[in-house]
Amino acid sequence: MSREGLVNLAVVLSVVLLPFAAHVMGETYWVTLATRAAILALAGVGLNIALGQGGLVSLGHAVFFGIGGYSMGILAYHAQTYTPLVESLGLPGTNLMPLIWLVAATIAALAALLIGALSLRTSGVYFIMITLAFGQMFYFFALSWPTYGGEDGLSIYVRNRFPGMNTLVPIQFYWIVVAVLLLALLFSDRLERSSFGLALAAARQVPARVEAVGLDPQRLKLVAFVLSAAVTGLAGALFADLNRFVSPTMFSWHTSGEIMVFVIIGGVGRLMGPVVGAVVFVLLEYLLGGISEYWQIAFGILLLLIVLFARGGLIGLIAGRGKAHG
Amino acid sequence: MMSFVLLAEQVLNGLQFGVMLFLMAAGLTLIFGVMGLINLAHGSLYMLGAFAAASVAAATGSFLLALLAALVAAALAGAVVEMAIIRRLYDRDHLDQVLATFALILIFSEGTRWAFGSFPLYLDIPPALAGPVRLPGGIDYPLYRLALIGAGLLIALGLDLMINHTRIGIRIRAGENDREMTAALGIDISRLYTLIFALGAALAGLAGALVGAIQSVQVGMGEPVLILAFVVIVIGGIGSIRGAFLGALLVGLTDTLGGIFLPEALKLVTDPASAKAVGASLASMAIYILMGAILIWRPTGLFGSRA
Amino acid sequence: MKLGRFLMTAAFAAMAGAAGAEVKVGMITTLSGGGAGLGIDVRDGFLLAIQQSGRSDIELVVEDDQQKPEIAVQLADKMVQSDHVDLMTGIIWSNLAMAVVPSVTAQEMFYLSPNAGPSALAGAGCSKFYFNVAWQNDALHEAAGAYANGAGYANAFILAPNYPAGKDALTGFKRTFTGKLAGEIYTELGQTDYAAEIAQIRASGADSVYFFLPGGMGISFLKQYADSGVGLPLVGPAFSFDQNILQAVGDAALGVVNTSQWSKDLDNDANKAFVASFQEAYGRLPSLYASQGFDTANLMLSALAKAEPSDKAAFQAALEAADFASTRGKFAFGPNHHPVQDIYARRVVKEGDIYTNETVGTVLTDHGDAYAADCKM
Repeated sequence: MSREGLVNLAVVLSVVLLPFAAHVMGETYWVTLATRAAILALAGVGLNIALGQGGLVSLGHAVFFGIGGYSMGILAYHAQTYTPLVESLGLPGTNLMPLIWLVAATIAALAALLIGALSLRTSGVYFIMITLAFGQMFYFFALSWPTYGGEDGLSIYVRNRFPGMNTLVPIQFYWIVVAVLLLALLFSDRLERSSFGLALAAARQVPARVEAVGLDPQRLKLVAFVLSAAVTGLAGALFADLNRFVSPTMFSWHTSGEIMVFVIIGGVGRLMGPVVGAVVFVLLEYLLGGISEYWQIAFGILLLLIVLFARGGLIGLIAGRGKAHG
Repeated sequence: MMSFVLLAEQVLNGLQFGVMLFLMAAGLTLIFGVMGLINLAHGSLYMLGAFAAASVAAATGSFLLALLAALVAAALAGAVVEMAIIRRLYDRDHLDQVLATFALILIFSEGTRWAFGSFPLYLDIPPALAGPVRLPGGIDYPLYRLALIGAGLLIALGLDLMINHTRIGIRIRAGENDREMTAALGIDISRLYTLIFALGAALAGLAGALVGAIQSVQVGMGEPVLILAFVVIVIGGIGSIRGAFLGALLVGLTDTLGGIFLPEALKLVTDPASAKAVGASLASMAIYILMGAILIWRPTGLFGSRA
Repeated sequence: MKLGRFLMTAAFAAMAGAAGAEVKVGMITTLSGGGAGLGIDVRDGFLLAIQQSGRSDIELVVEDDQQKPEIAVQLADKMVQSDHVDLMTGIIWSNLAMAVVPSVTAQEMFYLSPNAGPSALAGAGCSKFYFNVAWQNDALHEAAGAYANGAGYANAFILAPNYPAGKDALTGFKRTFTGKLAGEIYTELGQTDYAAEIAQIRASGADSVYFFLPGGMGISFLKQYADSGVGLPLVGPAFSFDQNILQAVGDAALGVVNTSQWSKDLDNDANKAFVASFQEAYGRLPSLYASQGFDTANLMLSALAKAEPSDKAAFQAALEAADFASTRGKFAFGPNHHPVQDIYARRVVKEGDIYTNETVGTVLTDHGDAYAADCKM
């Protein structure tokens, strides 16, 4: 097993065992923190498909995170108030997690298809700015759209159901989240090794060669962008369930920046990069936030140092620079 | 119905907003055009300019000194940041640039709050430019905003002259086209880059100070402007000063006029209450829709050549 | 691992007087970002009251929500699950309160609101564990409508940001205002330029303007409005005229009338002592928010003197009695645990170099809110 393989194994084991230990010791809040980290990691796994595998620097992934969140919020709101989702069809809302996830991932994917089709007409820095601008568009729309709370957001007072589990118990909700995260990691890993993944890697590095064998590099990237958005949308739905609340903040460009930050902290294109990055991000936020209200200065400096001097991210530091960056 | 006076006033407002956006966008597009760098921290330099101006105005009471302070402080901060951090990023990919400049935003914002406190600062327009003037056609319009339009147009003209007719301009254009060639011509590339970054920073700082006099000087004031400036240069074509100018005016006018006319237009098709709500939502999205439409038509913007 | 947090808690415990805390209070408030000024004032007012009480057995855990609802929810979880606090307070913004308060009170934890008063928590969503010590959101706007009637305004132009609190504001104003509306607009949240709106005001033929634009939005609007030369009388709620914002607005705010449940010149002993001691402790004049933090702490102290928070019924009764000397003079709770209080009109004046407010009169007396009837506890 390679060094990165060992690191990955260690990460998976800690993700499963440490929160369980916290649960046994009665430190419920650490379980909640771990759940948050796992959900953010899932969002990062999504972004990493576009960023690491597709080479697409999207500064607008908050759109998909937010769409996932609002899918959960809107479906659960109608289920909770016993009002139909679509009046004319009599279509009801739902509080069943798997159904909500399906809807969240699908709508996020559809939005990505639209945004991607437009943004991928450009590349490089245009792509960054356009995804950022689309993010702002959704943010302003969510702010001023009164039906589901506008700026106040939408509270869902009871966490949604998952068959056979009591989601209100923190550790049980954590198991659900971790299961989804591990499945997403498996998916991301398989995707990278599949013929699609190889073609995508080629499209990122030498687009001409892909064209030479009759594939359209833009189309490959669009598929990666859509898959990436679906996973991030799923994370958004879980995040909303963790907080039992959604608000336009999920759409803000700071959210996009933060998802990107922990992918980079962990290591771009590394399978476990987003997981390590999200755990470190949540820990730093918790620990630094306790020391000083100006903790973001320290966080900014740390981030700067990582970008300048630790280019493979934390996994790169530990496991060596096994893979090319970007 | 909307009167001519109201319409004319709104067009002036859109122009004023547009030229201020141009000051932000010009620096961004120049820095990208020459150095290939995407700088998210450009909004922080805008904020810095406003804070420097507010502090100096409070200490001296002079608006001119305040503007000078904004220029100097932002240029200095720009030069220092370029030499310490940014120049390490030129040969990195855009991702590293985005991350590093995102980190700079956190440092600048919270650093400013640490230095100046959490409350907004006071900066007022100079007495000589206070109050409205009567324009032909019976329009009462604030003199200061007219001065902003004038100042913005002058700076745009100056930039255009500088880039097309001076030695430094020749170097900048050479830097945009071919980096090795520029070095071969005996131009000190790293000094040129520092200079351009400082120039962009100074423009942003000046915009912050000018606008700060009619707005709230507070932490985070640069971020909304930054994102609008991105929209501007995407529309105009990245790297093009003229594109930035046209893009800025388009965005300024769309944003200002959209907020007025969309709710009015919707009243024709739906009831006033929902026209107001939907219109306000649509108006906040108008410039992004404009951007999308222009990109479908011309993927590299109005004046863009490279992608 | 928890050193930083420990130090911070210890520092506050030391400020409060000593160790051996018996009551643990969780405060989630905004201490960073653009809205930090409000949270800092609430916290400072709250701390001052605890200090003055001389009680050494109260521990205050303060956390910064960064004005983000998601963070606030997370902190609330932490305070319940990890810090095991006895009661909570501190939230500034309505949207954050809506995210946190319902789930906190559902766990039978007492929550004392020092600022936000969203209508949903005053009506059908009220709770026996939720007490608002500031105001129901509509109150100051209703007072502004009443003031406009009294001032003889018959044709008002009204504006607020396009978000729920903005809509509540205009609804509140219209609830009491009897004149006509020359125009009603919703601006973008966080908007910084009001030239377009000011042009509409100029063209509308209004005789007065009512605006609700909290924070930086209000500063921008006031400066631009003053410079536009439109010159119609302005009325607003206190949020755009608090002690900290006024210094950034300057002359543009002079003479503007605003409505508030508190003013630094209110003539009662508690207020005089508060203003003097706050100035001494922090070197600045207290704001509306500081007074609310101070009152919240004193309400809590008065209840703690009678009952333990763990004895839910007794503590609730002790809070309902509102047996404390408010900086507002008289203070009582309505049936939905929201204030019944007088609302004043204030005018912005300059005292030396400092811009501040002076009280010009009482607009509403013993004013409750319109939602109490929907509240079933």
